[in-house]
Order: sequence, then structure tokens, then C-alpha cells
Amino acid sequence: MVTMVMNGKEVKVPAGSTILQAADMVGIDIPRFCYDPDLSPLGACRMCVVEVKGNRLLPAACVTPVYPGMEVDTESESVIEARKTILELLVANHPLDCMTCEKMGDCKLAEYCYRYGVKESSFVGEKHHYAIDDSNPFINRDLNKCILCGACVRACEEMTGQDNLSFLYRGFDRKATTAGDVDYIDSDCVFCGQCVAVCPTGALTEKTMAGQGRRWEIDRVRTTCPFCGTGCNFDLAVKDGKVIGVLSNPDAPVNQRSLCVKGRFGWDFIYNEKRLTTPLIKKNGQFEHASWDEAFSLIATRFKEIKEKYGPDAFAALSSARCTNEENFLVSKFARAVMGTNNVDHCART
Amino acid sequence: MFLIGTNPTEAHPVIGYKMRQAARRGAKLVVCDPRRIDLVDEADYWLRVKPGTDIPLLNGLMHIIIKEGLEDKTFIEERTENYEELKAIVESYTPERVSELTGISVDDLYAVARLYATTDKAMLFYTLGITEHICGTRNVMSCANLAMLTGHLGRPGTGVCPQRGQNNVQGACDMGALPNVYSGYQAVGVDAVREKHEKAWGVSLSPKVGLKIPEMFEAAHHGSVKAMYILGENPVLTDPNANHIKEALANLEFLVVQELFLTETAQFADVILPAASFAECDGTFTNTERRVQRVRKAIEPIPGQANWQTICQMFVAMGYPLNYNSPKEIWDEMASLSPSMAGINYERIDQENSLQWPCPTLEHPGTPILHVGKFTRGLGLFQPSEHIPPGEIPDEEYPFLLSTGRILFHYNVTTPYSGGISSVWDKEMAEVNPADAEKLGIQTGSLVKVTSRRGQVTTAVKVTDRVMPGVIWMSFHFASTPTNELTSAVLDPITGTGEYKVCAVQIEPI
Repeated sequence: MVTMVMNGKEVKVPAGSTILQAADMVGIDIPRFCYDPDLSPLGACRMCVVEVKGNRLLPAACVTPVYPGMEVDTESESVIEARKTILELLVANHPLDCMTCEKMGDCKLAEYCYRYGVKESSFVGEKHHYAIDDSNPFINRDLNKCILCGACVRACEEMTGQDNLSFLYRGFDRKATTAGDVDYIDSDCVFCGQCVAVCPTGALTEKTMAGQGRRWEIDRVRTTCPFCGTGCNFDLAVKDGKVIGVLSNPDAPVNQRSLCVKGRFGWDFIYNEKRLTTPLIKKNGQFEHASWDEAFSLIATRFKEIKEKYGPDAFAALSSARCTNEENFLVSKFARAVMGTNNVDHCART
Repeated sequence: MFLIGTNPTEAHPVIGYKMRQAARRGAKLVVCDPRRIDLVDEADYWLRVKPGTDIPLLNGLMHIIIKEGLEDKTFIEERTENYEELKAIVESYTPERVSELTGISVDDLYAVARLYATTDKAMLFYTLGITEHICGTRNVMSCANLAMLTGHLGRPGTGVCPQRGQNNVQGACDMGALPNVYSGYQAVGVDAVREKHEKAWGVSLSPKVGLKIPEMFEAAHHGSVKAMYILGENPVLTDPNANHIKEALANLEFLVVQELFLTETAQFADVILPAASFAECDGTFTNTERRVQRVRKAIEPIPGQANWQTICQMFVAMGYPLNYNSPKEIWDEMASLSPSMAGINYERIDQENSLQWPCPTLEHPGTPILHVGKFTRGLGLFQPSEHIPPGEIPDEEYPFLLSTGRILFHYNVTTPYSGGISSVWDKEMAEVNPADAEKLGIQTGSLVKVTSRRGQVTTAVKVTDRVMPGVIWMSFHFASTPTNELTSAVLDPITGTGEYKVCAVQIEPI
């Protein structure tokens, strides 16, 4: 452990921590854009600069390790001035269409501009006019809102390992984009959406959620993915009783914020118009709508007849590796306790 | 990491990402696969094994390990039995013979055998590329033999890890949706187990082991099974030799299907009960690590009621009263009957996020690693095998080998119902090697007819060296190309698993 002083208070933090990690541990909020606990440190955005006694420059907290006796001020006058300047530089070339921005309410740029009272920029200059990439069904990419924090580039490389994104061009033209600067759909993108999950602004957003609800109106219901056996957890984003998207959750034991295209974007099968909504009974080769009572009554009559006439082993149940444990337990119990047979199986073997 | 017959970046993507991260951090990666899967790009060794020759490959590696004295003698001595038989059988699997059978160079066999044996910690991963063969069970045992021979079991960073396919295939097995066991793998033939369930459920229960899926359809075919209830499965698209399945379903006197959609299987039903999706139900899924996690209801069930309620009403209609108020109570009943899961309940999962069974008591922390110190059966039993060739191999009439699997953008037969996903990936793209494509006069996008002894389908092709010459690789996600009308009727005699990975077909350009 290292003893140091943070904002005038003596604190003990693990040796080897960065100033930013130390601050997080003791409950001091240092603003950050490019820092992400799941990604390698970059030290690029400079938003996390702090004042360290005896240091004439303002070091970036995310890449500066603590040492015994270190004295740090996270909100000194010069720190605040530096952060304001950084924000003004970013805002000078950022669309101020927050009222229609999907990220409103969950945007780090807006959060810090609010915190430091940055309304507009004193810097006047050229602005980007990139075309919005909505070439695919999953992700909207508006690079006019990109602040070049590189989180998407690192997420693509370090979380997924797809290496589809990198920085291209120089200076004002610098862009976090695909190889050859093509649209996502024409790139090697696997649509895992990790880039969306780590983006601090409205540059990368879930297309399915566009216009569906403000971030603060969404209820998040933590659940387990219904596709493969990895067991990823995520939050279903629910507004007014309707699922509008999937948001990943760093607390997920298996996957943290990583997901694949199916988990993050495949959920819309639940609203497919072909969903069955009532029981159906086949009459003269055609399915007709029926009430639950009619369906259960017919099932009971026929199952009982068949059990009576041919014995319990004339019945077989196929349960499902896609359904819950509780449903599977019930099906197994139904076959055994009600029908009297052990003819129950599921697709583990097929 | 030793991967054999598994394609994690597509079939279990997040596990695939983690393997890729580990490889880039310096973990050695061996990929044994006939296809050039994505992880081959990260691999130290790619053993491009000929389909259906996994046992010779594994035996060959063990042969080298034993010849070079690299086996873990202490582990073999203290924790295993039947080593002498293993030694005797792998004796004849010389590197030269194995190279001939598998297509892998002698140098690579030596290098991989030495690497796996001498590394302190090695994990072996397999999936359906190992199990979906006539010798699936024997393949799995051979994987276990290799791990036991080198002591790569029962410690962190070691083990034989099957990556379970579906979200809850582990759980469905754990819950006793199997013909031979109740929940927690308690055999139906054991009197004490059966009596415990008879007492809990207030009925007398059959001691006779039930039918496995292929046997059920066989029995439906010849008329001894007359009625079926199918929950959330679509065997017409997913089971091998699909035309045989259709005939079996048509032959039933009464079929009830509980489903989200009017699937190819539901078409055969007399009564269809509308099902609720995962977003509409409370419950739990158990992942490939035996990790029990919550499924939470986010929206009201679209058909008006959750699946557990529908199944309960079927009990009641049959005159068996049930009074569960919620899935939690169903779990609690199951846990009270299943010693290996007795310590898991919803409160604990909510607090601890997830729990891995065995977890016998409320104080037990769960078991992330199995076989620490001792195996479930006591000593680890070496069960060596000779080479068992596939049940159907290409010949003059059907010259191509068809192998099947999953692709990244789809999961079995549900994702085609996702508007977003199906707007981009809407049809089968069978993989064909460039050399074969040239002979057949086809290009990426061409349509072909693929015919086996059991059926015929039409598909578009993608020309790629991911597959070796002589092999065509297809997924089974699309109703428009029902690949399983082609697949083999050959089954693993122990599990009844179909040989999806190998059958013989002909390809004809359209």
C-alpha cells in the first residue's frame, strides 16, 4: 500500500495504482474520455489531468502511477482551466444537436461540459461534415461526434480481437475508422458492438434504439443471453413495456461488456410478426385459432386416450435446450409423473 | 490451449474473443480442425486433420508422449487406472501411420505432442466437431485420455472443456430432460432415487429407461410411440436425416408443439401452444461452465402467459394438481430433490450473480473446477480406442464430403426470425474449395444442387480455401436450404448423436 494525499486528505492505495485508479478507489471522480478500465491506457484525451505537487506540468491521471507521499489536487484552478480548454477545443468541432442526439443523458462530453460550464467554444474553425454511416442494420456511426478517444479502436482490437478499426489520416482529418475508411457493412466488422458499448459520445449508437427512448427513460433488466452456451449476461433496455435494445453490463460474470452480434442485436426475433399469440388447433388439415381452454381440453382428452389405449410408453416428450431450467424440469416431471414414462429427451444429442 | 473440433469465434464468440486475447498475450494455441477457422490466424500450430480421424490424431500424440517419456507419471500412478491398455493400443499409432491417416506432418505431430505434454497448464477444448461422429463418445474419451496422460486436469488453467452448444443445453441435461436420469443426474433405475421422487410427486414412477430422440422418432416411425409433446425444438430442421423425421411426425396420432413460431416441426402438430420468449419469462439458464444464472422477465408474455404457466396448466388438465406461484418455487422443488444443486437458490444467484454446481449446501461457494484431487468416479479410467472410420465416406457416386456447423451471424434456427440479422445474412452460402469450384465451373454466388443418399437441397456457394479440396461445408440455419435433409443417418451407438460432420454428397451446378 502507498500513503499519499489526494485533495488534502491522506489516503492509502495499492502500490502500482495510477492516480485515476486511486481516485476511483477513494471516491474522487476525475473526468475521463479515453480511459476505460477494460482497455489499455492511452493517455490521449488529457481530460484526466491533475496537479501533482512538485511537477510543473499537469500529468494525465490515467497513466501516472502513484508514489509514497505524492500530493495530488484533482480540481485545482489550473486543472479546471486545462479541462475547460480541452472541452472548448472538442466542442469547437462537435455538432451541438444534443436535443436529438441518441446519447443525450449518457454522453460524457455533455456531462463534463455541464460540470465545467462550457456552453460554446471560443475557438472558431472548420467543422467536419462526414456522411453518417447507417449502412448496416445494427450500428449508426456519426464520426462528426467522434472525439478521437480511440476507445472503439482498442475495444475492437483488445476485447474482440477483430482489428477492424484504427486511426487513419493526420491532423484535422484524423479518423477512427475501418481499413480503407469504408462503411461498416463493407468492412471486416463482425457487429459485436463492443465499439458502441465503449463510445463516450453519440458517435456510435445502437440503430435499433434510435428515436425509441431517452437513456433515463429506459429500465434495464439484467438477464442471460438466449443463444449459445457461453452464458453472457446483458441488460434488456425496456421502455413502456417494450424491449428496445440490449445494453451490455460490466458486472456480467462471464462476458463483462463483450457480446456478439446475436446477443447484442439478435433480440428482435421476439417482435417478429410471425409470433404465435393464441393456441392453434388443426381441423381438416388447417390450423384454426382456439382458446387456451379448448387447447388444454383437447390435449388432455387425447393424451389420456392414448395412454389408456397404448400404455405410458406410447408418449414421448422433447424438451428444449433453449428453454429455462424450470421449464425443462416441468417437462421432465410431466413425462414421468403425469404420463408415467421416462421418454423425455432434448437436443443435447442431436 | 488445445482446440479440437471447435470454432469458438463463431459458435461461442465471447469465448473465442478470450482465447484470441490469451493467444496474443503469449499462450500457445493449437487448432485441430479440417477448416481454416478464424483462430487459425492466431495459432502456433494448425493441424488440418482429415474429417473423421480424431482418434488416430489423439492416439498419435499419446504415442509420442509415451515414447519420449513425457507422460505425467505421478498423475497416472495416483489418479488413474487402465494405463497399460492405453499404452498397448496407442503403441501401433506411430507418427508415420498417423500422418498417413490424418494428413498431418510427422514434424507437427512431434512438436504438438511435446508442447502439450511439457507445458505446465494446458486446457483442451472441444465441441461438436468431436461429438458429432459415429465415434463421438470414443473421441471424447480420447481427449480425456490425452489430458489424463499429461496430468492436465483438476487444476486452474487445465481441464477438458466441452463448450456446450445451446444457451441451456447444460441446464436441460441437469434438469433431467434425459431418458435415463432425473434432475442432478440421478438414475431412474435406482430404487432409492425413484422412491424419493415418488414420495415428492405423489405418484408411482417407471424404472425403465426411456427413449433417446432418435429412438423416439424410430418408434414413431414404426408406430409404438403414438403421441408427442415438443417444447421449443425444431427437429425437422436440426436433426439429421430430416426426411425420416418428417415421416415419423406424420405418423403420430397426436402431436402437441409449444413454440414461438409456426415452425417446420409445428406444421405437423395437432395442437400448437404459443410460447413466450426469454424476455417474457423468469427462470434460470446454466451455461457451459455449469454456471446457473438468472433469466428475468422484462416484458409481459406476448401470448398472454409464460411457458411455465402453460406447462402447469397441462398438468392440471391431465388431473395432476400443481400450485407453483413462480418459477422460483419450481427451482426450489428441483433443488430439494437434487443434491448437486441443493445449495443454489434465486436469492443467492441475485446476490452472487451466478453459482456453479456442484453446490450441495447453502454455505458451499460452488465449484468452478471439477476433478480437483479426485475424479467423480474415484480414479480416472483410461478408455483407449482404435480408429473408427466415419459411417459414410465419399465414393464415386457421391464424391464430396459434406460437413456442417454454425456460422457467426446465426444461432440454429431462431435468428432467421431476427429482422436485423436476416436482412444481412439471409441464405446458405456453402463453402467449396477453389480447386473443386474450378472443376465444377462455379463461382461465389453460383447455385448448386447438393444431393446425398437421403435428400437434395439447393444452395448458393462461397468459394474459399477455408475448406479442403473434396469437402463442402454448410450451416443448417435456413429453412430455404434444409441441410439436414442431406446429413447422415449414422449415429454414435452410445449417445445416439448423429454424424453431422461427415457424409457423402454430389454437387451439381444449376
